[in-house]
Amino acid sequence: MVEEPVFRIRNMQKSFGAIQVLNGVDLTLNAGAVTVLMGANGAGKSTLVKVVSGVYRMDAGEVALAGEKFAPRSPAEAIRAGVVTVHQSINDGVVLDLDVATNLTLDRLSGAGTKLFFNPRRVRREAQKVADRMGLNFDMGATVGDLSLADRQMVAVVRAMAHEPRVLILDEPTSSLSSVEANRLFDLIDLLRSHGVAILYISHRMSDIRRLADSIVSLRDGKISGEFNGPDLDFGGAVDAMLGRKISQDQVVVQDGGKPVFVANNLCLEPGAQPFDLTLGDGEIVAVTGLVGVGKTALAEMLFGVRTCTQGRMVLDDKPYSPRSSQQAIKSGVFLVAKDRSVSGIVPDFNIYENTSLPFLKQISNFGIVNRKSERAEAREQISSLGIVCQSELDEMHTLSGGNQQKVMVARWLGHASRLLILDEPFQGVDIAARRDIANRLRGSAKGRATLVFMTELDEAFEIADRILVMSEHTIVGEHRNADVDIDRLLVEISGLHAEASP
Amino acid sequence: MNKTTTGTAMASETSLNSTPALQNVRVLTLRDHAMRYGFLALLFGLVVYFSIAADGFASPISAVFIFQSVSITGILALGVTATLVVDGFDLSIGSVATTSMMTSSYVMVVLGGDATSAVLACLAMGILVGLVNGILIVYMRVPDLLATLGMMFLLVGLQRIPTQGRSIATGMTLPDGTVATGKFSLEFLALGRHRFDVFLPNFLPVSVVILVVLSILIWFFLEYTRYGRMMYAVGSNERAAQLAGAPVRVYKIWAYVISGVFASIGGILLAARIGRGDIASGNNLLLDAVAAALIGFAVLGVAKPNAFGTAVGAVFVGVLLQGLTMMNAPYYTQDFVKGAVLVVALVFTFALSRRSR
Repeated sequence: MVEEPVFRIRNMQKSFGAIQVLNGVDLTLNAGAVTVLMGANGAGKSTLVKVVSGVYRMDAGEVALAGEKFAPRSPAEAIRAGVVTVHQSINDGVVLDLDVATNLTLDRLSGAGTKLFFNPRRVRREAQKVADRMGLNFDMGATVGDLSLADRQMVAVVRAMAHEPRVLILDEPTSSLSSVEANRLFDLIDLLRSHGVAILYISHRMSDIRRLADSIVSLRDGKISGEFNGPDLDFGGAVDAMLGRKISQDQVVVQDGGKPVFVANNLCLEPGAQPFDLTLGDGEIVAVTGLVGVGKTALAEMLFGVRTCTQGRMVLDDKPYSPRSSQQAIKSGVFLVAKDRSVSGIVPDFNIYENTSLPFLKQISNFGIVNRKSERAEAREQISSLGIVCQSELDEMHTLSGGNQQKVMVARWLGHASRLLILDEPFQGVDIAARRDIANRLRGSAKGRATLVFMTELDEAFEIADRILVMSEHTIVGEHRNADVDIDRLLVEISGLHAEASP
Repeated sequence: MNKTTTGTAMASETSLNSTPALQNVRVLTLRDHAMRYGFLALLFGLVVYFSIAADGFASPISAVFIFQSVSITGILALGVTATLVVDGFDLSIGSVATTSMMTSSYVMVVLGGDATSAVLACLAMGILVGLVNGILIVYMRVPDLLATLGMMFLLVGLQRIPTQGRSIATGMTLPDGTVATGKFSLEFLALGRHRFDVFLPNFLPVSVVILVVLSILIWFFLEYTRYGRMMYAVGSNERAAQLAGAPVRVYKIWAYVISGVFASIGGILLAARIGRGDIASGNNLLLDAVAAALIGFAVLGVAKPNAFGTAVGAVFVGVLLQGLTMMNAPYYTQDFVKGAVLVVALVFTFALSRRSR
């Protein structure tokens, strides 16, 4: 029996300015089936979801819902048509200050044609009806803000079900749930599946995917790069398709680390996570890769003293190292180029040289008075050695491109000698030319310190590192010398599949 | 304008808008000049206008009078500028000033202290209030507006308790029935009334000298020392400052201490000028000072708190009020004028400036 798909996307395109985010996506969803959409950061998942849920409008392509044209102009319209989305951030899906019943029926309280007054008892009754149908066993009078994250997520999903949708989109619903909590959500999803809802489930958590998927679709660079159906799903193939295997690994002349600069034993990033060791040698650049949310930033912050280290010990230059603040880390010679420069790096009111000198004002001040001459000279030096494209060191940050802003962030920490330089996702939102410049500068200056770079993108790791470590589930699961890397093993480690393969 | 810059930020350097950028240059520089010098030009224009329209406006005496009239609010405004720099706010400055006035009066009139002990008591009070404000905001996580609002109420009430709500003057009856015999020392009164012989005999008031000295001090501190730079960093991106190793909490508390001390100095000058602890004085101090600091955002078009701008902002208001008064505008129009200037300055800052995001 050939069933007509409930939802069909053909050649969907969407661009922002010069950047083509969706590059002709084709996707079909069937009733009573869970289709998993996998994609690395920046593959276009969120954009796809936002187009389908009516937040953005597509540039070209067509979408059909049960054979009819579907082109929502607002989220409300999408919901009325029967396409309901539960967004990634749980708290976007619920109103914390209201009770469960009101949350479940929230969408009936607004919009055209709603009555001016509402009857609280009727609200309670209708909410109870919805909850019963979905097997949700909550006190309807409880305030949502008092519930656990998992319970809130259930409320958000059940609230979406109150519309009796034909298509339900779940955007990384388990990203902040523990595995026990996630199981409750999976039971709910099973129930929805049996009700005949077509579900698009976005995630790159292997355990979720194995548990739920009827079919898998991989998205890469705004295109579907792989489709997997049938009773035996090829999970490894889906991961390959998501990450892409066209990897060039010829630029780096691999250096082995010298004398250990930094040694850590038995570190633990999260209660219950596997402890691990870490040794970084002089002059080597070590890339730590892994999917989003596997603890890369947590490790970076722990090494920099922003997050407390609860277990294990760290040694820097043969001396015990246990920083309790960023000041102490910097004083010991451990520097961090933090992730997401606009949030935790750039001081928007400052120009280039004021941004680069920020951590080392003390060194360029006499009796507390900043020596602007040497401050600006240092910035000029960095501008030329990193090739920062600007008119002068007096330029404001917002006039620079993303790549050049990132160069300034790196320049901030390269002007002074460090023992351990940590970079967290230094190439996010950075164009290829700037990425090369930064990588060359890092490799050129690597002697005399250990360098640790955290990055999700594999290609970037191959481009810069001497050694590649793989993180999964808040621990380090693999290590590769960046020469003749066993890519299959690497991809398996990234995807977390190794956990089942090895005892 | 912001649209194109974020656009380029996302794309590679060379791909976008090389020609539009070239076309923008001339327009931008014109606009930049308007932003940067607009307010100073306006001030200059006002002075010229009043000099022609109001007899006696363009005289040294009138100039000194203007400075004297804004000296106390100016000092308070400089203090609140420090809190604005760290992206905070201090609503308690007005009541710190009046509390300082009452404290100095109490020390001299009731306790019989001398000028030095009165001044020290006031400064200590200012430091203490600043510390408490800072601790409430940094460690107790009370939002700055609410913490300092609470402090304002607390001080307004506290300053009335020792004298059961009455003003302090020599010969007043104390709560226990005795008569206060102490009086304002001459040295203390000189702070508010003495005039130095500069240019003309008996010309330059002490309060104006203090205003100028404090302006230069805080301007130098904010612009040229690493502490000032860090305070700006904390105000602009607190997390970035913290990750660059700045003790963010310490800087924030210091900002409130500076604000408290400056406000207490303002209160000392107020007490020295009127010569009694008058509970009705100083009602307008908070709003006038905040207005001056916010007008300061627009001066030089920098769209951020700065000491030079604050000083100019205070003088601007002074010039305007003095000019209007000399042209016989009724006193009750003053607040309206101040408010109008503030609104215009804020539009200048937030709607027109490129730096405001």
